Amino acid sequence: MEQNQPSEPVDPLLGLPARTVGGQLAPPGAYLATGRGPRLFSPGGGRRATVVSSVSTIVVLGILVAIFLLAPGARAVEHAFFSPTDMWRSFIGNPKQGYYSVGGAIWLNIRMFLVAEVLILALALLVALIRQSTGPALFPIRILATGYVDFFRGVPLILVIFALGLGVPALSLPFVSSQSDAVYGVAALVVSYSAYVSEVYRAGLNSVHQSQVAAARSLGLSHGTSLRYVVLPQAVRNIIPPLLNDFISLQKDTALVGTLGVIEANKAADIYSETVFNFSSFTVAAILFLILTIPLARFTDRLIERDRRRRLAGGTR
Amino acid sequence: MTAQAGPLGQAVPSTGEALRIDGLHKSFGSNEVLRGISMSVASHEVICLIGASGSGKSTLLRCINLLEQINSGRISLFGQDITDPRVDANLVRRQIGIVFQSFNLFPHMTVLRNVTLAPTKVLKTPSARAADEARALLDRFGLIDKVDDYPDRLSGGQQQRVAIVRALAMQPQIMLLDEVTSALDPELVAEVLEVITELASGGMTMLIATHEMGFARDIAHRVCFLEEGRIIEEAPPGELFTSPKDERTRRFLRRIVDAKRL
Repeated sequence: MEQNQPSEPVDPLLGLPARTVGGQLAPPGAYLATGRGPRLFSPGGGRRATVVSSVSTIVVLGILVAIFLLAPGARAVEHAFFSPTDMWRSFIGNPKQGYYSVGGAIWLNIRMFLVAEVLILALALLVALIRQSTGPALFPIRILATGYVDFFRGVPLILVIFALGLGVPALSLPFVSSQSDAVYGVAALVVSYSAYVSEVYRAGLNSVHQSQVAAARSLGLSHGTSLRYVVLPQAVRNIIPPLLNDFISLQKDTALVGTLGVIEANKAADIYSETVFNFSSFTVAAILFLILTIPLARFTDRLIERDRRRRLAGGTR
Repeated sequence: MTAQAGPLGQAVPSTGEALRIDGLHKSFGSNEVLRGISMSVASHEVICLIGASGSGKSTLLRCINLLEQINSGRISLFGQDITDPRVDANLVRRQIGIVFQSFNLFPHMTVLRNVTLAPTKVLKTPSARAADEARALLDRFGLIDKVDDYPDRLSGGQQQRVAIVRALAMQPQIMLLDEVTSALDPELVAEVLEVITELASGGMTMLIATHEMGFARDIAHRVCFLEEGRIIEEAPPGELFTSPKDERTRRFLRRIVDAKRL
């Protein structure tokens, strides 16, 4: 029983070895007070931690590269997917040879993404507000909005793209049926993503406490004014991270519009591979999509982290 | 005071009956919270509502501010039936300020913006003038150095005083205070009660739901004791606290005394 006696003081609250601050025993629960969540490596470790993390990164990457290089088909794959000349050619493009520039085509993805994003933010908000409404007169549109969300969350995006891209032109309507395929593709992205994003908005609206509405209304603010100045600003603040997450996904999904024959990055890569019989063009497309999405992903992480710190600190605003 | 504007813009005399409630019933589902409340509040009168939690004090105040839909009965503000469905609730609420137990300041706005939002958006006061008026009010209640702070930088007592200023900025005819000190640390209660006392001495008509019996005794012209959604007894504080007539009032006050709250 003697060796069960702890050799160092134990924090009575946490059952962990007690922290000491300047030789003094820290108050119980001191671990909790310093909690800043998981870190990439411990801050106290300093140089040693940096060395360890660098070495382990190199080892892990080395193992992955070794597995790739030692695979029986490594040569063939390397030639088919990572051929520098093919990557360069597909990036630059050569219409005379029958293939397009992947690097140029990515601009179409960016444009489709930007247009779709703005429209999604607006349409999704509208759908969310309709679904949150309570007036009996709005019952029919509420049902319609619910049906819309159920439908477009349930149908795969690629089917929506086909339906709009092939179906609407076939209707032979004036104006509506004579748009470019990119327009139908964007329309499909908008109706599909708005269904998801409206649910994100709804979660945000629900996250604003009912007492805020009561406070606003009690001051004589109308329903609309309360929504505009009190509820929505707080709701949007709460949902920025999940919203950005959906947009990261939207950036990639612009590639699906290529199935309509629109020459966006993935389609351009596809054409190259079918013309030259080398898949390196897809690698180029993948790298370009990564270049687009990673900054947004890091930005989202930063926002989430800032938000978390703010909440821990009691918040500054 | 000169003639003031009623809920529908009509001129109302500055004396006489400000608020009248007749046979007010309110249920939440099968739970009947208010079971026939009738009372009258004169202009410049301060009435304290006392009673155990769940006795219906808060619901009564929320009904008066039309935040709850009543089941039956009638509420009149300066002779005007405000429970008539044709009455614009937003117009009524401009006349009635309410302050909540949990402050309910807008967390994404500065103190100044919290106070100026309703005047600028509802009364269409030019923002410069609204800001001046807000600063004057905040100054009066010792909050002038907090104008640019966000609510979560303030103490509970400061937040509640801002909430009172926010309601006052609409220049209401009546103030409803719903247990405004219940969420405060004991040492912060006094600063909020001081503000209310100042309002009372300025002649503000007030309906105050409170657990602070000492405060009620000092400030109220009349005290109403509520139990199970009914007004059991109503009398001037000197009378109600010293010689309550109803057995239920006596029982309630005894419990309060036992808990050393009086």
